[in-house]
Amino acid sequence: MARIVVMGAGVSGHTASTFLADWLDKAEHEVVVVTPNSKWNWIPSNIWVGVGDMTKEQVTFDLAPVYEKAGITYKQAKAVSIHPEGSDSENKPFITIEYTAAGKEGDSEEVTYDYLINATGPKLNFGATPGLADGHTVSVCTADHAVHASQELDKCIEKMKKGENQTFLIGTGHGMCTCQGAGFEYIFNVEQKIERAGVKDKAEIIWVSNESFLGDFGMGGLHFKMGGYATSSKVFAESLYAERGMSWIIGAHVNKVEANKISYETLDGEMDEQEFDFAMLIPPFAGVGITAFDKSGGDITSDLFAPNGFMKVDADYTPKPYEEWKPTDWPRKLQSPKYANIFAVGIAFAPPHIISKPMSSPNGTPINPTPPRTGMPSAMMGKAVASSIRDMIVDGATEPTHTACMAEMGAACVASAGNGMFSGTAAAMTVYPIIPDFEKYPGTGRDINGTTGELGLAAHWVKALLHHAFIWKAKLKPGWKIIPE
Amino acid sequence: MPDHKNSKHVQHIEPYSPQFGTMMPLGTQKFFRTCVLWQIVRFVAINIKMTILILKSHH
Repeated sequence: MARIVVMGAGVSGHTASTFLADWLDKAEHEVVVVTPNSKWNWIPSNIWVGVGDMTKEQVTFDLAPVYEKAGITYKQAKAVSIHPEGSDSENKPFITIEYTAAGKEGDSEEVTYDYLINATGPKLNFGATPGLADGHTVSVCTADHAVHASQELDKCIEKMKKGENQTFLIGTGHGMCTCQGAGFEYIFNVEQKIERAGVKDKAEIIWVSNESFLGDFGMGGLHFKMGGYATSSKVFAESLYAERGMSWIIGAHVNKVEANKISYETLDGEMDEQEFDFAMLIPPFAGVGITAFDKSGGDITSDLFAPNGFMKVDADYTPKPYEEWKPTDWPRKLQSPKYANIFAVGIAFAPPHIISKPMSSPNGTPINPTPPRTGMPSAMMGKAVASSIRDMIVDGATEPTHTACMAEMGAACVASAGNGMFSGTAAAMTVYPIIPDFEKYPGTGRDINGTTGELGLAAHWVKALLHHAFIWKAKLKPGWKIIPE
Repeated sequence: MPDHKNSKHVQHIEPYSPQFGTMMPLGTQKFFRTCVLWQIVRFVAINIKMTILILKSHH
């Protein structure tokens, strides 16, 4: 009998746990999911909740009945520590958890495991920027945040209808943020909502970002095959903003948020301020803060985790300059180098370095996007690790049999630029591979036939289709396994 | 007074502003973005592209 414990029930964790539960004989093996949340959230559609086009209920569902149907043991709790060698009183490796479920709040438990998958996702580190956690801005990182954002947006639109001018500031709230795509989608949906309300002339819409150029997206930018050209994502993104009359502040580290005002430092050393009436700023991500201990109780957190709290896996973490970065630095098996039965997927694994070129202001403040590893890559990692663990349990494989390396996988990103079955638009982008490989793909660093981008109604239909397909899949409804990750 | 048929598709762009340095869609491009027949074709094309990408990415 093997017990597989999955910490986290986001895209990567849910993918891993549900496939493992489907593949393994439940009479012999047990899959346990530990997550502090009671609901699953299709995060990409939070954008539409944030402008009032969807409700929270349309993007979330209760996890308990789904896990009951799948035969997964569900513990609504947060993981606190990992004990990969057991302890004086427990020979098996285990994690300690602290319940968050109503009626059991604060109760602790030790959960032993044979295999552990860390899929905790990020801690939304609002505290990294002074004032970012003080309620002056909104976010769309969770469904509840998005509901609040929509309410605040409606208030601004009402003011504009009464003749007031309003400034909208959307983007990243720190110099080390990732997830520019979420802000990118949100600003276009806000713009469309304002346009539909007939008050665009009262609105100034500004993008603020830690990207050194528009369209970096945390991937060092990319080149699309478009109109007979290998067109830079910089031109593509700038065109989208310019067409809608929106301006941008780039290379910016937001270092302070106050009521209706941010202070920021730019890559050229400028210190400036920007006032706003409505701001949606994405926080930086950090690991969730799990600690680790050896058998005697000694702290081995730094053996398992990088300083930013993300888990070390089979990546090359040797510090080296940008010019020496290679695709082979990136992990393939997503396996802990120290404990072969521990894996990390999605945002939870520690990247060897960022993808964009490291930059800093003359004052030494690092200002660059951190690597995106959400959505499609997360799900692929979850399935690859689940496949490896299945083969290790069932076939006795001694090494992971499947890989999910960001240098060997592509990503599809459909960024909504406005909702509506016949009036909506979205940018459909594909990139292959995610990590540029200038040896394999001289020139742009990516397969130009696999790296494309276009804007239109069809992409919006794809975005809407993905919303329904992935919620269907996550609910394990008939045919869920044939919907690809 | 604008005297070009495409002027209505491009708002005033301040010369030498950041917005001045990019491309702007004109009427034909905008039309095809929401032309249902053309977008049905693109819907199929995008799905094929994404399927190929997914097949190449699983190892």
